[in-house]
Amino acid sequence: MSKRKAKVSIHECAACGCCVKVCPKNAISVPKGIYAEINSESCVGCGKCAKECPASVITLEVTER
Amino acid sequence: MKEKKKWYDYLWIVSLTYLILGFFNILFAWLGLLCFFIPIIISVTKGNKAYCNRYCGRGQLFSLIGGKFGFSRKKDVPKWIKSKYFRYGFLIFFFVMFFLMLWNTYLVFAGSKDLSQTVKLLWTFKLPWNHAYRGELFSPGVAQFAFGFYSIMLTSTVLGLITMVLFKPRSWCVYCPMGTMTQLICKAKNVTASQK
Repeated sequence: MSKRKAKVSIHECAACGCCVKVCPKNAISVPKGIYAEINSESCVGCGKCAKECPASVITLEVTER
Repeated sequence: MKEKKKWYDYLWIVSLTYLILGFFNILFAWLGLLCFFIPIIISVTKGNKAYCNRYCGRGQLFSLIGGKFGFSRKKDVPKWIKSKYFRYGFLIFFFVMFFLMLWNTYLVFAGSKDLSQTVKLLWTFKLPWNHAYRGELFSPGVAQFAFGFYSIMLTSTVLGLITMVLFKPRSWCVYCPMGTMTQLICKAKNVTASQK
């Protein structure tokens, strides 16, 4: 089964945290203030973060499971 | 499920109030230093960007106007805006403008320059702002700093509003000098932490 998961392009991330606020699963954090990290265990691939990201550096990638 | 709103989700009211107060009395501009020192203190002591992530009232204002009220095209920002060159370049530019402003303040303090009761928008347009200064209570230098600082705050708000309309609501966050600076502080802290 394939699932969509959010993925952050960490080198372009400004660590603003907009994605954290919209994630319905609380799966995103900006732990060190450098880039956002997505907990792929809890990510359901809804794409809200990707839509919100002001830099548009979050994409949804298909992961094989 | 909608998360319950926290007290810090209403800090946009503070940002808006700040801009309004500065219209009526320029000396309130001094309060804007909080938006400079709080993020720096948080990043230096805690090593994170909690200010951007939670407390930034301006970011909230943009997501309210651009997101909730819909005054945004919600398009992707051009690639060059999120490039390191532009972000760091804009930070340096901001620093230079900031120090020029401090220098100007010093000249007024020292008495070699007269107080200019104007707010400079986008580093170019001089808006008459003498309605917001009745003067004399403090030294003219105190007022000069207020005019200069309010110029920076208003200019960056206007820039943020423009990119909010053109691109995503919080596009300002991509190139916000404070955000870039606190991110750099966090990076530096992380490098030194990993060397310990």
